[in-house]
Formats: sequence, structure tokens, C-alpha cells
Amino acid sequence: MSEQKPAPVEINPKLLELLVCPLTKTTLEYDRERQELISRAAKLAYPIRDGIPIMLPDEARAIE
Amino acid sequence: MGTMTPLFDRALLVRRLRRAAARADGADFLLRRAADDLAERLSAVSRRFAVAADVGTPGEAVAELLAASGQVDTLLRLRPVAPLTGHALVVVADEELLPLGGASLDLLVSALALQWVNDLPGALAQFRRALRPDGLFLGAFVGGDSLPELRTAFAAAEAELRGGASPRVAPFVDLSEMGGLLQRAGFALPVADRDRLVVRYPSMLELIRDLRAMGATNALVERDRRPLTRGVLLRAAEIYAGRFADADGRVRATFEILSVSGWAPDASQQKPLRPGSAGARLADALGTSERSAGEKAGPR
Repeated sequence: MSEQKPAPVEINPKLLELLVCPLTKTTLEYDRERQELISRAAKLAYPIRDGIPIMLPDEARAIE
Repeated sequence: MGTMTPLFDRALLVRRLRRAAARADGADFLLRRAADDLAERLSAVSRRFAVAADVGTPGEAVAELLAASGQVDTLLRLRPVAPLTGHALVVVADEELLPLGGASLDLLVSALALQWVNDLPGALAQFRRALRPDGLFLGAFVGGDSLPELRTAFAAAEAELRGGASPRVAPFVDLSEMGGLLQRAGFALPVADRDRLVVRYPSMLELIRDLRAMGATNALVERDRRPLTRGVLLRAAEIYAGRFADADGRVRATFEILSVSGWAPDASQQKPLRPGSAGARLADALGTSERSAGEKAGPR
């Protein structure tokens, strides 16, 4: 499935080091496949669009 | 925050900023002034900053200046809306919900964004928290003495035509409050200063066009939802021209930019000594003898 999609713009590794969840200020997990940054504490997945993390709770996907 | 009624409709503000960013004719004179001022204040600090963030500043002028200063190694750009042109290290974020860990930055710069936050003390506290010890915050934003002419003209026109005024111009923060706000947010050596800028326009309508180009038209939650009628707008422009025009017929608009700075506390900074830690006696310096506090100073 993912082989057919164009390769996503990779997020800058420096960003992964610096970013935390804006609500809980806890660390994030990088889901490379889905291009999301996951906050387990807030139960939210923040999307990464064209390599730009969208760190807005309103735009995040609720996860369990 | 929490249960307090927010002052600004942030979603509406973001839509306005997005629209403003898509226009090529954005009025950027305030931004240029703020950028020049920030660059000057930064160059006065003879220091390099390993990790810096430009938070909420519209456009790229300030970020370009930071990059060109040679004082910043890594520059993060936090933006309310995704920029149209690609840059490395861009993050879309709300300045009231900073997605940065504690003690992760050496420099935080924010220009022309803080006038629209609902919770300024909260935003400042988050900035302070994101800075490492001895990290620097440089900010510039629109202050409370801005656009008094526009306020007056709208209030008078609406009182005449609608029998009451509604808030059209945001209540910005005053300079006198800034020192205390910075201190409460935990900044050491806080400094707040102001710069006034008078811009002249053919009429009030051109001023409004510039404000729209900046994404700065009314985003107050309590704003009047009735669309501004052409009648009110034209009457306000008339009042504006009648009261605030120069001899040549052009009208004045006053902007106030507040410049603020503060440092994340660090042991190396100047600070008052602890009580009782003096190395010399005051009595010796005054050439007198010391008496204990219980003793009366009168003749024995």
C-alpha cells in the first residue's frame, strides 16, 4: 500500500528532538508510516503535512 | 484561561492570517519596524544561541534577520498557519500552546503576535519554561495606545447611527503592565519599552485596507456580528477625516509597538545579595558606631 504512495517529505530529525505535546508537554512518538506524532498522554495524533508538524489539538486525531 | 471568556476568536484570527498571507500586497511596515528593532536588540547581546525559535511572527522577515545575524545555529519557525513557501524546521503551532519541552531553547523571538493571545501571562510563562537558564526572550507587539483615532471614529459613528458602540478595536496591553507580567512569568532583568509610529493615509478606508492586509481586522469574540454597514463605515471615515487630518487632508493613524525582553534566570546573572551576606559594615562606611536594633539612639 505505502509503496504506491509517493514517499512523504521526511520530518527534520531536529524537530523530533525538540517537539513535545502542546497540551501535556510530554514526549511524542513518531509514526513514520502514518506521518503522525503521537502523544500517549493526551491520546492525540498530530498530523505531519509535507514535513510540517501541525501541533494544534484541534487538528489532531483522537486515539485510544 | 479555563473558564474565562476568551477575548479573541482564535479560529477567526487564523482564517484572517491565512487570507492575509495569501495576498501579495500585505502591508508590512509594522513588521519591518519590529524586525529592525529586534535585530538591533539582538546584536547588542554579544552571544551565540545554539537553538532559537521564532514564535508566531507573521511573514519571514524576522526569521531571515535571525538567520542572517550569524548569532543563531538552529532556527525553529513556529507559525499559526503553514507558510506557502517551504522552509526547514517549520511547525504549525499556537503561541498559547507551545509544543516545546522545558529548557529546550536559548533564544525565543516573537514579533506582532502577542497582541492577539487570550492568555498573555500564560503564553509568557510557557516561553519562559521553554528557555534554558540564561536564555533570552525578545518580543515586540502592538500596544494599548494604538489606533486611538480609529476607536474614536467608530465609537462616534456607531453611537450616531446605531445608538451604541460595539468593540471594533482590540483592547491591547499597556506598557505599564508589561514589567510586572514578565516578572510574574519568571523572567529576570525584564525590560519593556515603547515605540510610536504615525502613519498617514489618504483616508480611513486605506488604513482599514492595510489592517485587513495584516490580517488585523476585528477578531474580538464580543464583536458585533452584524456586518459593518457602508453607512457606519463612511460616517466613521468622515469623523476620522474631520478630527485627525493634517493640513494637507491626509489622516493620521498612530501605532504603538511594545518591545519587551527578559532572561531565564541563571546563577551567572546580576542580582541583589541575600540579606545578611554583606562583606562590609555599613557603620564603617559611614564612619560611625553600630547600635543594636533594640537600643534607643538618644543620649545614655
